[in-house]
Amino acid sequence: MNAAGTGRDGVLLRAEGVVKHFAVGRRWFLPHSGAVVQAVDGVSLEVRRGETLGLVGETGCGKSTLGRCLTRLYDLTAGRVEFDGHDISALSRRQMRPYRRRLQLIFQDPYGSLNPRRRIGSIIGDPFAIHGVAEGRERTRQVQELMELVGLNAEHYNRFPSEFSGGQRQRIGIARALALRPELVICDEPVSALDVSIQAQIVNLLADLQSELGLTYVFIAHDLSVVRHVSDRIAVMYLGKIVEIADARTLFERPRHPYTAALLSALPVPDPDVADARQRILLSGDVPSPVDPPSGCRFHPRCPKAREECSLREPALEARGGDSPRHQTACHFPIAEGDELALAAHAEPPGAGA
Amino acid sequence: MSAVRASSTPETARLLEVRDLAVSFDTADGVVQAVRGISFGVERGGTLGIVGESGSGKSVSALTILGLTQGASISGSATFQGRELLAMRADELRAVRGAGIAMIFQDPLSSLHPHYRVGWQIAEMISVHEDMPRRQLRRRAIELLGLVGIARPESRVDDYPHQFSGGMRQRAMIAMALALNPKVLIADEPTTALDVTVQAQIIDLMRRLQAEFQTAIILITHDLGLVAEIAEDVLVMYAGRAMERTDRRTLFYTPHHPYTRGLLASLPAKGATGERLTPISGLPPSLIRLPGGCPFHPRCSEVLSRCRTETPPLRELAPGHVSACWLPEIHGGAE
Repeated sequence: MNAAGTGRDGVLLRAEGVVKHFAVGRRWFLPHSGAVVQAVDGVSLEVRRGETLGLVGETGCGKSTLGRCLTRLYDLTAGRVEFDGHDISALSRRQMRPYRRRLQLIFQDPYGSLNPRRRIGSIIGDPFAIHGVAEGRERTRQVQELMELVGLNAEHYNRFPSEFSGGQRQRIGIARALALRPELVICDEPVSALDVSIQAQIVNLLADLQSELGLTYVFIAHDLSVVRHVSDRIAVMYLGKIVEIADARTLFERPRHPYTAALLSALPVPDPDVADARQRILLSGDVPSPVDPPSGCRFHPRCPKAREECSLREPALEARGGDSPRHQTACHFPIAEGDELALAAHAEPPGAGA
Repeated sequence: MSAVRASSTPETARLLEVRDLAVSFDTADGVVQAVRGISFGVERGGTLGIVGESGSGKSVSALTILGLTQGASISGSATFQGRELLAMRADELRAVRGAGIAMIFQDPLSSLHPHYRVGWQIAEMISVHEDMPRRQLRRRAIELLGLVGIARPESRVDDYPHQFSGGMRQRAMIAMALALNPKVLIADEPTTALDVTVQAQIIDLMRRLQAEFQTAIILITHDLGLVAEIAEDVLVMYAGRAMERTDRRTLFYTPHHPYTRGLLASLPAKGATGERLTPISGLPPSLIRLPGGCPFHPRCSEVLSRCRTETPPLRELAPGHVSACWLPEIHGGAE
């Protein structure tokens, strides 16, 4: 198979120009009617072995869709995904099977992702059954081992999901994802539905498992403070595209894209002095519809720095003005030191949302 | 705004005062003790934050004040402008709701009727309380939508809720809540369903409206960041009880209660990438089988033997700072 360098340079997963469009409102008797939601529109990124790549953005930015494309839960509209040097973007379900073991997902909703009528021992044992790995006593033993690994009481093997709290259910989801010792785990909002005190327990668990099992994570979330905490690198998405990608620290300290800066400034800080002192960049309006994204730079209608060029030409994702190649920004006029963005504060929303 | 009611009486007592409120529900599994004796209040123009995790009783407290918890056993007192809310008849309460105390809920989609135009829903809200000709109602709805920052309100007023985005629906809810110029606005997780950039817009809007109309705000949230942004005073709830109540700065910089400190410590800190978080161990208790003594003792890292048997009362540590904990006053403080 194709080995275009993945694996050799420590890259476990590589996405190139991944596009995922969904048809909406199409009628069966008019195959070309309806519109197309451009959920993910040309995303390229690399995930190195052992690192955590954070993927952040607001509702509808395509981060979850991208996660599902990377694991081939969705077929790609265009582009390719390489896992450990192998192009997996066109594999059939059957061909995909050996990769499924190495590539797992953890979902947001610890309530919706577990069948309420099945005992958790058998839920966690599913991957063993599907892949014919362990049977009978041996399966039970391995499931109980997994339960202990994620901090569940192995004696609760025969309980139903409803007997567990949200945090414990997320542990069940994690145990199931780890059953076959995957190399890459895509965590899709794994802690968003949990209370703060429980959230920290799960974040710590994920970190422990990473160092213990040598896992690679793609961590999808809208909560920037959690993403900063867990990620080595962070990619910021807006309307189906990556607008900025950088090392976590760099991204938070010196964001270059006005959208990143606005996201960071909108984040509530649990510190009154900081909250009082800082200037917020208030964006006007809402995220436009991905059915009909704005021309040029998709952020331009809400951008405090937008100029005419932004609506005409789409900026490429590349290192800007002296940044290292690890810090790439898709912006014609990236933020430089001393820029004043907060001024755009109370601009009336021009044709907000719709 | 046109609906301002001149109140000549100087308000000495607090505008909204809740004392020893207790709410329980009889269910098939047993009695759920949702709220167990909490007290709080707000003044005109003030902002109180009520923080707590799921099941701490923060929403139930607010709903009870407005008479929206049917089938609950309620005790205690809640006065609004000196009048007891918990003893009011349904029609009296209806007059208070909306005009005196308004509420915005977390989920704006399920709070707006999908079948009616947004403007009509705002107008209906006004017409229940005030006699106003139709054309004036419409004008008022447009004015309100403009006030909450909806662009082109004169055309948007005829839209249905599904034509609005999440942020716009929350704005419409706020417009509806403000329609009668209420004295108190109870916002129950008003931005939880929204993205951060939209959340920032809504918080900014609430702040500006408060400055303009001197509305008292009770913000119910699980988000400590939000509390740090806008609350003046904060009440921390756990398992239906008040754990600590103080001003915003004290809460964040010198909290007393181990639960408050635990909550703050479990947040991912700025600039500490990759370090381990400090969670609170264990799980919140069942509200049917509550632990004896302090409800937090099974999870508390500083538990004393008396915590298991004796419930600590709210104790004043400094003026305006109370904590329900047996630990001595001068102790650890902010970590």
